[in-house]
Amino acid sequence: MRPILLKGHERPLTFLKYNRDGDLLFSCAKDHTPTVWYAHNGERLGTYRGHNGAVWCCDVSRDTTRLITGSADQSVKLWDCETGVQLHSFNFDSPARAVSFAEGDKLVVITTDPFMEQQSAIHVKNIEGDRSKQNSDSVLTITGPQGRINRVLWGPLNKTLISAGEDGTIRIWDAETGKCLKESDPDTGHQKVITSMSKSADGSHFITGSHDKSAKLWDTRTLTLLKTYVTERPVNAAAISPLLDHVVIGGGQEASQVTMSDRRAGKFEAKFFHKIFEEEIGGVKGHFGPINALAFNPDGRSFVSGGEDGYVRLHHFDADYFHIKM
Amino acid sequence: MADVAVAPEAPHRLMTPDVMEPPRINLNIDWSQVDLDSVVLPPGEDCGIKSDDEEEEEEVLETDTGFGNVIVVDNLPIVAIEKFDKLEGVIRKIFGQIGVICEDGLWMPKDENGKTKGYAFIEYNTPQEAQTAREQTNGYKLDRSHVFVVNMFDDFDKYMKVPDEWVPPESKPYTPGENLLAWLTDERGRDQFVVRFGAETEVYWNDARQGKPDPVYHRTFWTESFVQWSPLGTYLATIHRQGAAVWGGEKTFNRLMRYIHPQVKLIDFSPGEKFMVTYSSHEPSNPRDTQRVTLNVFDVRSGKVLREFKGSADDFATGGTGGVAGVSWPVFRWGGGREDKYFARIGKNAISVYETETMGLLDKKSLKVDNVLDFSWSPTEPLLSLFVPEGGGGNQPARVSLVSIPSREELRQKNLFSVSDCKMYWQSSGEYLAVKVDRYTKTKKSTYTGFELFRIKERDIPIEVLELENKNDKIVAFAWEPKGHRFAIIHGDGPRPDITFYSMRSPNNVGRVTKLTTLKGKQANALYWSPIGRFCVLAGLKAYNGQLEFYNVDELETMATAEHFMATDVDWDPTGRFVSTSVTSVHQMENGFNIWSFNGKLLYRLSRDRFFQFLWRPRPPTLLTAEDEMEIAKNLRKYSKKYEVEDAEANIAMSTQDIEHHRKLIDEWKDWLSQWKNLYEEEAEQRMELRDGEPSDEEEDYEAEEVEVEEIINIEEEVVGYGFEQVD
Repeated sequence: MRPILLKGHERPLTFLKYNRDGDLLFSCAKDHTPTVWYAHNGERLGTYRGHNGAVWCCDVSRDTTRLITGSADQSVKLWDCETGVQLHSFNFDSPARAVSFAEGDKLVVITTDPFMEQQSAIHVKNIEGDRSKQNSDSVLTITGPQGRINRVLWGPLNKTLISAGEDGTIRIWDAETGKCLKESDPDTGHQKVITSMSKSADGSHFITGSHDKSAKLWDTRTLTLLKTYVTERPVNAAAISPLLDHVVIGGGQEASQVTMSDRRAGKFEAKFFHKIFEEEIGGVKGHFGPINALAFNPDGRSFVSGGEDGYVRLHHFDADYFHIKM
Repeated sequence: MADVAVAPEAPHRLMTPDVMEPPRINLNIDWSQVDLDSVVLPPGEDCGIKSDDEEEEEEVLETDTGFGNVIVVDNLPIVAIEKFDKLEGVIRKIFGQIGVICEDGLWMPKDENGKTKGYAFIEYNTPQEAQTAREQTNGYKLDRSHVFVVNMFDDFDKYMKVPDEWVPPESKPYTPGENLLAWLTDERGRDQFVVRFGAETEVYWNDARQGKPDPVYHRTFWTESFVQWSPLGTYLATIHRQGAAVWGGEKTFNRLMRYIHPQVKLIDFSPGEKFMVTYSSHEPSNPRDTQRVTLNVFDVRSGKVLREFKGSADDFATGGTGGVAGVSWPVFRWGGGREDKYFARIGKNAISVYETETMGLLDKKSLKVDNVLDFSWSPTEPLLSLFVPEGGGGNQPARVSLVSIPSREELRQKNLFSVSDCKMYWQSSGEYLAVKVDRYTKTKKSTYTGFELFRIKERDIPIEVLELENKNDKIVAFAWEPKGHRFAIIHGDGPRPDITFYSMRSPNNVGRVTKLTTLKGKQANALYWSPIGRFCVLAGLKAYNGQLEFYNVDELETMATAEHFMATDVDWDPTGRFVSTSVTSVHQMENGFNIWSFNGKLLYRLSRDRFFQFLWRPRPPTLLTAEDEMEIAKNLRKYSKKYEVEDAEANIAMSTQDIEHHRKLIDEWKDWLSQWKNLYEEEAEQRMELRDGEPSDEEEDYEAEEVEVEEIINIEEEVVGYGFEQVD
């Protein structure tokens, strides 16, 4: 499996997202320009210029017409995917951390960091089909959890919101009223900051990665802990394969420690685990900094990893991968 | 008066050394050393009981009576009412110097005639002050007939409970002890090890067949500093503030004995595990004084103190004048093999050898050796080797000599010139002694190293000199083959040293040392021989990041090379079948251990944060004679067959177990998934609505598309003959 190196970012990667068809890959980095690539050969298709700070997260609509990006410049911008034209900018008083389109792409959820006097918050906004009607009014605002909310997702039928962040607790909120419905168990849940969260293809379960050196699999409806995957390093990114019962987990030693130890100490590997058996299958090496982002192609035949080293590595699986026996 | 007069005597009664008492009573043992009637203590003197105060203070603070700051003064003059004020003034003066007496804190009871009763209660502001007052004024001489006896009020209850009549301690009925050697009867002949990480201490079986450790016993906060196996593996010792304790037994680790020694820092077992030496040092109250050192020799089985050594740290520092400062552990080195007959320590110009039978100096005097710097025992017999450096400004040569105990006869001596340092290495069965000698070159600017090899068991103890081929080489490590005739040296000047193996008895050259082979340019700085010899792990620790090479010395070939990144420790199991490598908490990351087979195959690994110790449980020596062992080695095939069958069976059992387990997990998962699917389908309508009627979830996007796929299966090139080759 020879990776394709996508060298287009000047700063550490923060987030990677395939569109639904799996032909395009969107990448966000601490440099200010989200970039779109051809997923099959890694050719750069274009960039979205306009942000003035690190871009933390993005999401793309089901029909790949709209891209939404959240940035540390205290704005969330809505783009026309094809032309790269900025359609709208939601402005906040603190950096935006996570964004996610709802089913049907008529709603978007945005989280903002605690900043100056501001508490961290979850905002739900309308997305209008007609550009001229687009406004910045919030449908719902939720505050409460301490610290950054690093990731947010929609639950089934847009009825709930799932958030996770610095306090290590996963919460399910009612998307109508903003009431907290469930919290993850502090004993079995993550012990340190949760850095990533991503859904399975059918939305039935989701995986979270945490600095407590583990990744955990949860039931989207009941917030029951299904599986735990233990690694040797803080986890920054985790993703679920849509094709096989595999999950991939990435991370590594804290970036500030990298220069102080041997390169082998870092463990900048993307580790594959069997989703059901919780057993390690293998690892993909290559990055020379911690892995910050991971994503599976919706067809399950390739995956990408983005690292603190500024590279995106696009891997197409070898035939052997599909015949791993456990 | 009569009611309190008991007090000073009470501590004497408590001092029955064969009763194991909780540590609180311990104070009284020290206390009793002060003969209350005769000792006059000037204020400020602590009469040697200082050492335990810190402990006691803590406990005083915890008392619930609330009288921790009250002292009782006895033996006051009995005075009439007229002189009462005067006496009160005197007492106030004496006791007011030490601390602040509370308001109304001085209370002298009077009888009906107004006479005092000869005792007083004094309440201080703090328990600490009361403690100090007790220490400083107990035994204070007011005049010839009035010597104060001062006690803590809280202690009175305790003293009052001492019965007036001495009752002989009840002898407990004999209960048969547990089988302490039960772990040796493991059906599969597995070995145990103990690991310590975080606050946990865990004992495991090393189950190589299952590729994972099998837990035996686990306990949180078992020890306060470290754990240690006794040399034959019978006991596991733990260290606590109050002393040491040993644990062992058949199934679980029960406490077998406690050894009271407050603030114990280090312990050491005798090779036959009959005795235990404990060590503690105490910071002096005056910073200019040297540290006080206490050593106790315990009987392991009864827990009795057999001998106590006390002194300043200097007295126990090794080496004569110019020796290294500080105490080097173990202070006492055990000699005479497993019989535990002698122990010795080095002093200034002397080596003190003690007999365990009497716990006294052998022949009541030390072995006088001027300027002796180092000594060591033969591991099997009472034989001392000692090193004396050059003396008299270079006029007297340095020397190494062998002295037999108890006869004190010098069996062999070797004079050495321009020596800078010497190190002695005994072979495990006491057959050979290697002395590494660092000598100055002629210019005295640098040193080079050679070896003096003593053949102890041969007549007249012949000595052979071994010099390295390259004189500039530094010796990185030296190690004898256990039970064997070979040794290995790591030597070199650069970052990749060489390793050389020598034999004291190669088949064609019996009486002389022969070089077997040299391995050039290895990343190694430590040698670990298998306890049964033959195999050796060449390890590159620290700067080499944990390089490992498993070497077969019989065949002179490398069996495997491996790496345990950042490894700090390498240990063979006592049978020589497995090797453990561990990364301890000196590193922040990678903490944990790996288990390897003797030939370098990684069997399993376990990572644990804050990993402190990995220790194999030692085994007592085999009961088989050398002939028996030979016999087994000859018929090994017959014996091993049984185990091979067992292995195969276990393998099958395990794989079926694994499959079973996997199947169960898959079933659970499918159950869960089907539940979800039902809900998901129920919601399909609503989902469609959310998407403005865009149809189903999966299939709608698939357009039929015909794609031609061309796959090259194989390319073969063939030379096709034209059919007119020469036919002979």
